[in-house]
Amino acid sequence: MNRMGRLIALVVAAATCAGLMGAMAQTQDESEREIERYRAMINDPMANPGYLAVDRGEVLWAQARGTKAVSLEACDLGEGPGKLEGAYAKLPRYFADADRVMDLEQRLLWCMEKIQGLDTADVIRRRFSGPGRASDMEDLVAFIANKSNGTPIQPQNAHPREREMTAMGEALFYRRAGVLDFSCATCHAEPGKRIRLQGLPDFSTPGKQAQETMGSWPTYRVSQSALRTMQHRLWDCFRQQRWPEPAYASDGLTALQMFLNVQAAGGEITVPSIKR
Amino acid sequence: MVSFSSKLIRTLLVCGIALTVTSVDAQDRPPVDPAKVDALIDGMFTRVSPEWRARAVLDDTQRTCTDRRNQVSGAEAEAIQARERASVVLPPDGNFLGDWRKGFQVANNGRGFQFSDPAGTVAGGNCYACHQMSPKEVSFGTLGPSLAGYGRERNYDPELIRDAYIKIFNAQAAVACSNMPRFGSSKVLTIEQIKDVLAYLFDRQSPVNQP
Ligand code: HEC
Ligand code: HEC
Repeated sequence: MNRMGRLIALVVAAATCAGLMGAMAQTQDESEREIERYRAMINDPMANPGYLAVDRGEVLWAQARGTKAVSLEACDLGEGPGKLEGAYAKLPRYFADADRVMDLEQRLLWCMEKIQGLDTADVIRRRFSGPGRASDMEDLVAFIANKSNGTPIQPQNAHPREREMTAMGEALFYRRAGVLDFSCATCHAEPGKRIRLQGLPDFSTPGKQAQETMGSWPTYRVSQSALRTMQHRLWDCFRQQRWPEPAYASDGLTALQMFLNVQAAGGEITVPSIKR
Repeated sequence: MVSFSSKLIRTLLVCGIALTVTSVDAQDRPPVDPAKVDALIDGMFTRVSPEWRARAVLDDTQRTCTDRRNQVSGAEAEAIQARERASVVLPPDGNFLGDWRKGFQVANNGRGFQFSDPAGTVAGGNCYACHQMSPKEVSFGTLGPSLAGYGRERNYDPELIRDAYIKIFNAQAAVACSNMPRFGSSKVLTIEQIKDVLAYLFDRQSPVNQP
C-alpha cells in the first residue's frame, strides 16, 4: 500500500475506534478534525472510490443481458418490480415466487436467471473483484444498497420462514467448530475486545455496534482497493475462524445476515462507506 | 504528516485501553430445530473436500459448549475437563522448555488451517492475537489475559511450567469451554512448538520476562 493509502487506513481505523468510544470526551484536536473530514469524504462521490462501483452498478442494472436480452429493471427486490428505494434496508426477506428467504446477492442471481436468462456461472466466478477483474455483484449491490441511504435497517419477521432463518442465524453465530474451536461469538460477543490492534464489534447484544457495522456495508476497503459486500466480510471471517470456505450466496450466510440485522435494527444505512 | 500519523496511532491505542469489559447476559430466544441448522451448514460446504467438511462437524466438547453457549454446569464442566485432560501428551523426554526465540515465532504467527493457506503452511499459535506477552510489543489482542512477565511472576516454578504446558496443549483441560484453542489435542501445534512457546513464557532471557 502506498503512503496515502496507509494514512487513509489509519484515519479509517481511528474513525471506527472513535465511533466505538461514543460519548467519551470529545477534544477538538487535529485528529478529531481529520476524522470529521473522513466522515464527510464518505458521502462525497468525488472522494469515495466506492461510488465508482455505484456508477458501474447503475449501468449494469439497466443493461439488457442474457438469452432474453432484457435488463434487471423488472426484478422485484421486495418492494415491487424495479423499486430500489429502501429495498436493501429490508433484506434479507422472504420471496413468495422463489419460496425462499434471500439476501440481495441471492435475489439478484435469481433475477438474472429467471428474468434475463443469464448464465450466472461467470457472474459467480467474478463474485469478488480483483486487479483487472470487475465484479458485477459488488457493483450491483453498491448501486442498490446506496438507494437505501438514510433508511433505518428493518429486519423482516412477518413470515415464519424469516423468523426461522433469524433463529438459525443466531444458532450459527454461537456454533463452535473447526480446529481452533472458534465461533463468531469467540470474537464478536464481548464489547471492547480486539485481535491484535483491530477492534472487534460486539454483535451479541442489539445496539450501536451492530447498527454501525450493518449500516456501513457495502464498503470501500482501502487495504484491498475494492468495494466489498457483506458476502466478502463473512467469507473473510470464516477464513479467520478456520472454518471451510462457505459457498457464495449460500443460505447459511443469509441466516447470519438476518441475525446480524436483528441486532442492528434501526441503524441508519450510509453506504458505500470507507473502511481500512 | 508524521506527527499527525503518530497522533492517530495514539488515538487507536488509547481507544484499545479505554474500551474495557462489561459482560452482558446472553438473551433468551426461541429454540430452533438442530437438524435444520445442520442442513443449513452442510449447504454452505457442498463444494469443499471431505477433510475440510469434517472440520465443520462438532466433537462432544464443541457440542456441549455450543449448546450451552459456554455456560456449562459443574457436572458438564467436569466431564469436559476429564475428557480433555485425557488427550494431553506430555513431552516424552520430560523436558518442558524449548527455544524461546522459536517460541516467539509460534506466538507471532497467525497462519495455518485457513482455507486461503497454501498446502504445507506451518501453523502458528497466534498467541499475540489474544494475549499481551512481551511488554515491548504494542500490537496484541485482548481476548485473553495479559501474559507479560508470566514466568517471572511465577518464579519460574517447575510445577507451574508443567501446568502451563497442559494449558497450551489443551486449554479446556483446566477451563471447560475456554475461548482458547486446544492447540496440542487438535494437532495445530506440535509438542516441539509448544515447548518453544512455553520457553517464550518461562525463559529468564525471554522478552516476556523483561521489564
Ligand atoms: C478469529 C476472530 C473472528 C471470528 C471467529 C469472526 N470474526 Fe468477524 N471480524 C474479525 C475481525 C478481525 C474483523 C475486522 C475488524 C476490523 O477490520 O477492524 C471482523 C469483522 C467483522 C464484521 C464487520 C465489522 C465492521 O464493522 O465492518 C462482521 C459483520 C463480522 N466480522 C461478522 C462475523 C461473523 C458473522 C462471524 C462468524 C461467521 C465472524 N465475524 C467470525 C474477527 C473474527
Ligand atoms: C482465541 C484467543 C486465544 C488464543 C489464540 C490464545 N489464547 Fe491463551 N487464553 C485465552 C483466554 C480467553 C484465556 C483465559 C481463559 C482460560 O484460562 O482458558 C487464556 C488463558 C491462557 C493462559 C492461562 C493464563 C493464566 O491465567 O495463568 C495461558 C498460559 C495462555 N492462555 C497461553 C497461550 C499461548 C501460549 C497461546 C499461543 C500458543 C495462547 N494462549 C493463545 C485466549 C487465547
